[in-house]
Amino acid sequence: MSFPWAKQYEPKHPLMQWFDQRLPLPRLVFNSVGPGYVVPRNLNYFWNFAVLAGFMLVEQIVTGIILAMHYAPAGDIAFQSVEHIMRDVNQGWMMRYLHANGASFFFIVTYIHIFRGLYYGSYKAPRELVWMLGVVILLLMMATAFMGYVLPWGQMSFWGAKVITGLFGAIPLVGEPIQTWLLGGFAPDNAALNRFFSLHFVLPFVIAGVVILHIWALHIPGSSNPTGVDIKTPQDTVPFHPFYTAKDGFGLFLFLIFFCAVTFFLPNYLGHADNYIPANPLATPAHIVPEWYFWPFYAILRAFTVDFILSAKLWGVLAMFAAILLLFFLPWIDRSPVRSGNYRPRFKQFFWILVLDVLVLGYVGGKPAEEPYVMISQLATIYYFAHFLIILPIVSKFEKTLPLPNSIAESVLHGEKKESAPYGIQAGGNAQAVPAE
Amino acid sequence: MVRLIAILVGLGFVGVAAWSLLWGAIAYVSEPHEETAEHRFHLYPKKVSFASDGPLGHFDRQQLQRGFQVYKEVCAACHGLNLVAFRNLADLGYTEAEVKAIAAQWQIEVPSINEQTGEPATRKAIPADKFPNPYANEVAARAANNNAMPPDLSLITKARHDGPAYTYSLLTGYRDAATYRNEKGEALPAENRPGQGLYFNPYFPNLNLAMPPPITADGQVTYADGTPATRDQMAKDVSAFLTWTAEPFLENRNRTGWAVLVFLLIATVLSYMSYRNIWAGYKH
Repeated sequence: MSFPWAKQYEPKHPLMQWFDQRLPLPRLVFNSVGPGYVVPRNLNYFWNFAVLAGFMLVEQIVTGIILAMHYAPAGDIAFQSVEHIMRDVNQGWMMRYLHANGASFFFIVTYIHIFRGLYYGSYKAPRELVWMLGVVILLLMMATAFMGYVLPWGQMSFWGAKVITGLFGAIPLVGEPIQTWLLGGFAPDNAALNRFFSLHFVLPFVIAGVVILHIWALHIPGSSNPTGVDIKTPQDTVPFHPFYTAKDGFGLFLFLIFFCAVTFFLPNYLGHADNYIPANPLATPAHIVPEWYFWPFYAILRAFTVDFILSAKLWGVLAMFAAILLLFFLPWIDRSPVRSGNYRPRFKQFFWILVLDVLVLGYVGGKPAEEPYVMISQLATIYYFAHFLIILPIVSKFEKTLPLPNSIAESVLHGEKKESAPYGIQAGGNAQAVPAE
Repeated sequence: MVRLIAILVGLGFVGVAAWSLLWGAIAYVSEPHEETAEHRFHLYPKKVSFASDGPLGHFDRQQLQRGFQVYKEVCAACHGLNLVAFRNLADLGYTEAEVKAIAAQWQIEVPSINEQTGEPATRKAIPADKFPNPYANEVAARAANNNAMPPDLSLITKARHDGPAYTYSLLTGYRDAATYRNEKGEALPAENRPGQGLYFNPYFPNLNLAMPPPITADGQVTYADGTPATRDQMAKDVSAFLTWTAEPFLENRNRTGWAVLVFLLIATVLSYMSYRNIWAGYKH
C-alpha cells in the first residue's frame, strides 16, 4: 500500500522511460527508499538502527567474502590460514578485525532495533509479520554468528561448538544420534568445520532474502512512529528521500566512529583470549563462554540447575529456545490497543526493568557458573519469562493508558518539545522521557 | 486464549527456575563457602607500560631487537615461533644481510630431504622459512620437558588476558613457595606447594607451572646496544618482542585507525549539516 499523496515515479529522460516500461527497477527503488515512500515526520534516532543493521549485513557479507578467499576450512590448517590472513594477506588483518568486530556491532544495533520495537509496540497490528520476520532474522543471525565463531578453530571455537551442539544431546532418546549427525562425528572435527563454513557462507544470503521480506512487509502499512498513532494526512509525513536518507546518513557515520574506534584500537576487546590458542580436544578451557551477544541466553541456559520431571539440562535448552521463540507470539500476548510505550505508564516501567534484566543476564552469562552468579541468573531468568508471559498479558488488560494525540502532525506541532509528552499532558509531568528530537 | 497459554507456559518456566533458585540458595547458605587456594594466591599481572600500548602505540625497535635476542638466547631452546618467518625480522630494523645471517645461523635447522637419496634431512634456514620448531613433535617436546608441553609463543600475548603484562609478570614472578606470603600474610598451604618438576609462580592461574625460571640472573644476555641486562629489563624486552610477534601490523593498524577516524569525523560533520539543511523549516 502506498499513501495517495506519495510522489509518483515519472522518468523524464527517454532512456529511463524505455527502461521503466521494460524493467521498473528504478521505480521499485524510488518507491522503496526514495521520495515515493512516505514516512512519519516524527521518527527519533532509534529509527536509525534498522538502516545500521542493514549496513552491517552488507559489511559482513563483503568482508566475509574476502576472508573466504583466503580461509581454509580444514581442522589442521584452519587456525594457520586465519593467521595467514592476519600476517601475509594485504590488509587481511583489517578484513578480519572488521568482520569479527562487525559481528559484535551487528548484534549491538540489532538488539537496539529490537528493543525499540518492544518499547514502541512496533510488533502490533498491522505489523505482526514485520516483527515475526525480524525474529526469523535474529535466529538466522545467531546461527550464522555461532558457526562463524567456530571457523578460526581456536580453543573457544572448538569448545563452543562442542557445548552448543551438545545441547541437542539433551533431547531424550534421539539426542545423541542427532548431535552426532549434526557434527558428522562424535566431536567437532573436519566434517563439522566444513559444514559450518558452508552454512556460514550461505546463511547471510538467506538473511538478506528475509530482510527483503521484512522491508516489504513493513512497507505495506508503512513505518510506525514514536506516538504509535497511524498516519492520517500528508502533514503527518515526509518523503523518505531526502529526509530520512539524510538523517540515516548522519546516523551511519556517527555509528561508524564507534565501530571503527573499537575495530582499530581495541580489536580483541570483545573477543576471548583463548581463541588465539589452537583448538585442542584434549585440553578443556577453564571457563567456556560464547561470544558476548549470546551471554543473556547462555545465562538462561545455565539457570536451570535442578531436575524437575525433565532433566535440568533439557529445561535449560527449552528455556533458552523459548526465550527467543516467545517473541513470535508477542503481538497476541500484548493486546493493548495503544502501541507506544510513551502512553503506557505501567508498561513503560516494566519495559525498563526488562532492559536492566537482560543486561544483568548478559553480565552473569559471561561469568563462570559459580555462586552468586547462578542465583542472579535464576532471578533474572524468572523475570525474563514473567515479563513476557505473565506481566505483559495482565498489564495490557488492566493498564490505564494516557490519551493519545489526534495525529502525528498535532503531536509535533502542538508546541511541546518531546513526543513523549503526550497531547494534553503538561510537559514536565513525564519524568522518563525517551531521547527524542 | 494465547494469553492464557502464555501465562501457563510462563508460570511453568518461572516455577522451574524458582525451584532451581531455591535449591541453589539452600546450598549457598548451608554449605560453607570456601575460597580455593587459587582465589587467595593468584595475582593479576603487574602494571607495566609498553610503547605499543593504546591508540598511539608503536614499536620501540631497539627494544624489539633486544627482546629478540632474549628470545633467541633464552626462550628458543624450548618455545617455537612457528607463525613468524625470518624475513619478518626486517620489521625490527635488521638489514637483509643480517636477516639472512640470522636465518643461516639459527641453532635449529629446517626439516628437509636429502637431494640425492630422498632421505629425511635438515638444512640451514633461509629468510622465507618460518622459525623451525625446537621439537620434532609433541611427544618429543613432552619427553624433553617432564611431560609438559612448551607452548608456541607466536600469539602468546594475544592468547592471555593482559598479554604483555602477563608474560612480564610471569617471567619476573617466580617465588619461593616455602617463604611466600600473600598480601594477607598467609602462607601457601602444603597441598598447593609445587610438586616434582613444578615451580611456584603466583601469576600463573593454578600457581605452579612446569617451566623452570628462565631468567635467573642479571646479565644473562649481553645486549648489543649496551643496555644493562637486568632481569626486569630482559622480561620487559621479550614481552615487547612477543607483542610484535602476535600483532606485527600494530603500527599500521593504529595509523589506519586514525586516518579512518579523521575521515569519519569530517563525514559526520558534513552529513549532520546536510541533515539539518534538509530538515530546516520542518518541525519534527
